[in-house]
Amino acid sequence: MSLSLLLEQILNGLQLGVMLFLMSAGLTLVFGVMGLINLAHGSLYMIGAFAAAAVAGATGSFLLGLGAALAAAAVAGVLVETLVIRRLYARDHLDQVLATFALILIFSEGTRWLFGSFPLYLDIPAPLKGPVTFPGGFAYPGYRLAIITIGLAVALALFWLIARTRVGVRIRAGQADREMVAALGVNIARLYTMVFALGAALAGLAGALVGALQSVQVGMGEPVLILAFVIIVIGGIGSIRGAFVASILVGLTDTLGRFLLPLAFGMVMEPSAANIVGTALASMAIYILMAAVLVVRPTGLFGAAT
Amino acid sequence: MIRERHLNALVLGALLALPLWGFWAEAPFMITLATRAAILALAAVGLNLALGLGGLVSLGHAAFFGVGGYAAGILALHAQSFTPMMTWPITIQGTTSMPLIWLVAVVASALAALGIGALSLRTSGVYFIMITLAFGQMLYYFAVALPAYGGEDGVSIYVRNAFPGLNTLRPLPFFAICYVLLGLALLLSWRISVSPFGLALSAARQSEARVRTVGIEPYRLRLVAFVISGAITGLAGALFADLNRFVSPAMLSWHLSGEFIVLVVLGGVGRLLGPVVGAGLFVFLEHWLGGVSDHWMIFLGAALLLVVLFARGGLIGGLTAGSRS
Repeated sequence: MSLSLLLEQILNGLQLGVMLFLMSAGLTLVFGVMGLINLAHGSLYMIGAFAAAAVAGATGSFLLGLGAALAAAAVAGVLVETLVIRRLYARDHLDQVLATFALILIFSEGTRWLFGSFPLYLDIPAPLKGPVTFPGGFAYPGYRLAIITIGLAVALALFWLIARTRVGVRIRAGQADREMVAALGVNIARLYTMVFALGAALAGLAGALVGALQSVQVGMGEPVLILAFVIIVIGGIGSIRGAFVASILVGLTDTLGRFLLPLAFGMVMEPSAANIVGTALASMAIYILMAAVLVVRPTGLFGAAT
Repeated sequence: MIRERHLNALVLGALLALPLWGFWAEAPFMITLATRAAILALAAVGLNLALGLGGLVSLGHAAFFGVGGYAAGILALHAQSFTPMMTWPITIQGTTSMPLIWLVAVVASALAALGIGALSLRTSGVYFIMITLAFGQMLYYFAVALPAYGGEDGVSIYVRNAFPGLNTLRPLPFFAICYVLLGLALLLSWRISVSPFGLALSAARQSEARVRTVGIEPYRLRLVAFVISGAITGLAGALFADLNRFVSPAMLSWHLSGEFIVLVVLGGVGRLLGPVVGAGLFVFLEHWLGGVSDHWMIFLGAALLLVVLFARGGLIGGLTAGSRS
């Protein structure tokens, strides 16, 4: 096993991690601030990817596609929040699960209606198509490197927004005591819509960026949604910092597990069996990680102890 | 308005009358639909025990359904190919006998529920929902990564498994088996709900603090309920495998877990026959709307959304207009 192969896998894990952070950041904010479990977050990811693929396909510009993804996901977020989600804040979790599950059915089937069952493809923008060669001869795909950069930049911006701006103060205050915030004259309804739209836009961005690596198809948001849930369980509900640490942890565990576990089993058993056992175990690795965190800290790494 | 007891009798009667009519009218398709409804209802009866009585919103019950299905698929596969399941430390052969398969399915899904429940029940609320979902997904990926049992393609059961004294290849006897098992599960579910255990479980749902105060540990109650619930859903999975003569990772998909919750809620959460009404309605909608449009899921989604937002209490709640007993 060469060092550059390992380095490549670590970067792949990092890339998966920052993508998952874009997904889980919005989800954990909505959990933390509004106390809502939103299964339809994966649909917003899918909407972002479809908007990007459709607009980039029609105009030939990846950047326009990216803008369309952000806009489409944010608009969908505002619509969903004002029409449906708003009525669910006071309801129990069962109602929230059901209503957002219904939204998934509507979004998935609606997308299939509009775009058909065949996947769309989003081209990687030309300047980022080739690999970037580092000093020392190590080469890594430019587009994936760009995703890592964008993801980290968005994470920094989000930390800044939450910690340093007036909006961030309100979001944190809304998390701590929503009645008091409302009593102090903050328009809670508008704050909620804004938080939801922000989360939706981040999910749409993630969908558009990943859309150029995979095919854009109905249901693409659901595996990512479940990973985002695992991340929130590991990181602790409502914690952006926890979501970031857990995203990177899950991204690396998943990618390196798939790479290293078959190799590790190969040392003690024959290659074909090692491959089967290693692959099966690797596909379960992040859930085992989640179970381990649960045993040690049921409220997650950065969650408030109850 | 009708009494819930009379409505219950009506529902069970209707579920029995439909396939009999299908048999008389030589429409075996009707019998298959009713069988599908009975099996989904059985799975939802299992879930209703955790969800309705225990207040545990499990979004991972398809895992137990799938474990039961795979138990049936794997045992049948080995029996059909005359290969032992394992040879070490003891030799275990496959089987095509339904009672034996049910036993294995119930034990396997109960064990899965014990493991998942022991970890998930350490938490509550949204954590519990997400964790049951995540563990369900873990088993899904595990099934996909099983090349010996078809991986993503699953396992085919070439000939439906056998029940002593009945010809299960014909639709009506197989329906009868599913209907009787559904009836037994409903009986068990009712016995549990009126037993001291069920009352304590229900009390823990309504006020955890009070139950703790009288010295009962809610964790244990919930774990036992979760295991029974998983085992019933696992039995339904084994029957579903025999109905379709096919098992695949799709049986473990989280969409199915969501649909089970939908079945329970459409009928009415915590009502004895809620799952049966929900499953009947679901199969009817699937069949009827599916015939109207390929995109029937949109209408199902919209209907579900309206029910959740504006018509709580489900169908039984609406028809009896009574508060939940």
